[in-house]
Amino acid sequence: MPVWLMDSEYRILSAACDRMIPPSDTAPGAADCGVPDYIDTLLGAFSFDPPRIWAGGPASGRQGGEPGFERFHRLSALDELAWRMRIEGSCGLPEREFNGPVVGLQQRYREGLAALGPDFCDLDHDRQVARLRSARDFAELLYGHVCEGMYGAPEYGGNRDGAGWRAIDFTGDVQPRGWTDAEVSNP
Amino acid sequence: MTVDAVIVGSGPGGATVADVLTAAGWSVAIVEKGRNHLLDPDDPTRPAFDYSNDEIKFLSRHFLGPDPLVEPRTFRTRQSDADHTHIGEFNSVPTTVGGGGTHADGKVPRFQVDDFRLRTLLGPQSDADVADWPIGYDELEPYYAEVERAIGVAGTDGANPFAAPRSGPFPMPSGAPMFGATLSGAAAVRLGYHPYPAPTAANSIPYDGRPACNNCGFCAYFGCPIHAKGDPVAMLLRAMSSGRAELMAETFVSRIRTDGRRATGVDLVGPDGVERFMPAGHVVIAAGAIETPRLLLLSGIDHPLIGRYLMTHFQTIVAGSMPFRTYAERGRAVTHVHDDMITGDEATREAAAAAGLPWLRGGMVEHSGAGLPIMEAKHLPWGERHPSLMAGSQFRARLWAFIMQGEDLPYPDNRVDLDPSIRDARGYPVARVTYSPGRHELAASAHYGPRLAAILEEMGAEWTTVATSPGTGNASSPYSVPESRHNMGTVRMGSDPDTSVTDPTGRLHTFDNLVVADSSVFVTSTGYGPTLTLAALAARAAHLML
Repeated sequence: MPVWLMDSEYRILSAACDRMIPPSDTAPGAADCGVPDYIDTLLGAFSFDPPRIWAGGPASGRQGGEPGFERFHRLSALDELAWRMRIEGSCGLPEREFNGPVVGLQQRYREGLAALGPDFCDLDHDRQVARLRSARDFAELLYGHVCEGMYGAPEYGGNRDGAGWRAIDFTGDVQPRGWTDAEVSNP
Repeated sequence: MTVDAVIVGSGPGGATVADVLTAAGWSVAIVEKGRNHLLDPDDPTRPAFDYSNDEIKFLSRHFLGPDPLVEPRTFRTRQSDADHTHIGEFNSVPTTVGGGGTHADGKVPRFQVDDFRLRTLLGPQSDADVADWPIGYDELEPYYAEVERAIGVAGTDGANPFAAPRSGPFPMPSGAPMFGATLSGAAAVRLGYHPYPAPTAANSIPYDGRPACNNCGFCAYFGCPIHAKGDPVAMLLRAMSSGRAELMAETFVSRIRTDGRRATGVDLVGPDGVERFMPAGHVVIAAGAIETPRLLLLSGIDHPLIGRYLMTHFQTIVAGSMPFRTYAERGRAVTHVHDDMITGDEATREAAAAAGLPWLRGGMVEHSGAGLPIMEAKHLPWGERHPSLMAGSQFRARLWAFIMQGEDLPYPDNRVDLDPSIRDARGYPVARVTYSPGRHELAASAHYGPRLAAILEEMGAEWTTVATSPGTGNASSPYSVPESRHNMGTVRMGSDPDTSVTDPTGRLHTFDNLVVADSSVFVTSTGYGPTLTLAALAARAAHLML
């Protein structure tokens, strides 16, 4: 169940993500990798305490050590202001409009997904591509997040079980193991 | 209570000053407007462990700050443009405890002897105000040695034929060379260049209570998860352990208060939003070459050169795709560099003459790859070809590259001032940058780009490409926003109060106890990263305060 998106929006988002990074013979596509969850978690970051903005450190546990990524950082008052502005927009609040109104990600996604159309999931490949290309600004925003959700740390909701990294033969985070001198100089 | 010194900024400059002053028995307050992820908040004599190998956190989500929504800067390429053509990030060196030292990949070269007297050696350059530094290398050398020991620098003595003389060996031997660098280094040697192991602030052996680097590869853009990187953690830990330092994170200094020839303290806004005055015997500004002139201007301190001569390094980026994996994700991000393109050769002199310039200087060339998948993906198109392009990975797994940190000359119109309309979230005017490269930078880049590409071809590249930062802009802004984080020169030092803002010790000519301890005071940018030199200058300034 989505954190912030409506179910219908989540379905459109999933289809759009798969159009951007489709499944291949050797790897799952963006939707199966959890990219829609990455985006939905970002849009609903303030539904969590602490907000799901910055994963912790110093290691994830995937290469040994404690799984510190799961402990998200608390935000300072200034950080919270910045991320609420980024996600929710300025909402007409004077304290968020010191340089003018800010359109937040939530509004951009709501409007962008609506522009792709309620029938987007039912369209064939070429028509889905055409819809995305006609929504150029939204597609650019979406693609940046698709890349992050596909190839970023799984703790943010995407890259499910490291499938995105496996698809490109990338080890991911390597602390605390690191690489030996031999692995660095003579791989 | 009045502290002996309030230090504005906790990066390499401020941390060095704090270390020197507290060791001498002074009490200091270190005021940092960014968050503290470097020292344990419960026990700041110990490091924190908030950093991680996390591309989202560090590259997409401003973990090291500043967040451009609440602390923007503005940019334009020339004064005749609109008030600004860009609002957001400009050369955003981290705003966090540790400052710029936290995100860098830790290359910390010294300058060359000749870097301090370019005007005498080479003469003037059109449009630029090239001047000699008021101090020479010999005067700075003991402080270079001091901060190399304090930071922890690994290097190979005698490996760089262009290096200035040293009074002693590097504190540590060089670490493991990256696979790609061994190949690009060998190719450079075959073409007559002189690559060498980069002097690097990353421990090759356990040092000063911190572990050896384990080659995780997440250096540039990232904080070091195990504190093997010589960011200012060592100096700050020593200062805090002295019991004579207070660290005030998330605290913004809005004004330096003065009375006659003396600074009396600073107005600051804490994390609670409350503004108050902090009296101090001395005020040291180490906020970097963008924020330092901003603070001077916010304080109403008047000198016509405050903010002028901004230099950033004109970067020439040459990339090549290899028919093999380069393993750039393993190691210290940059383990080899070469300096041949700083002084040049006969061909360089011919290129200068052809461009109608008296001389050309390039910069240190970094041998590096690109190990980050989100960054690669964002450079590739979406759609059916995306999976195969990412798997083939011409822009990551098979990429090798050079970045030349081209010497950026000091032009008076390249400057920092206060934006007339844009504010930060606290309500203060933000820094506005007016910057564009000059004929010298463009000619040097055009000359050296193909030569760097030839090295990659010698290494085996299937194709190469050359780009610059700043690159070509658009109709309203001829150049894009520079990517370099090397900001220098906006509070120039010198002996003449008419042509410089600070004296040769970093003290403002017009105040007896107001000192600048960062790269703002640089007279020229040289072709080297600024960190070690700004730390050496800060150490010197602090010792001279005692």
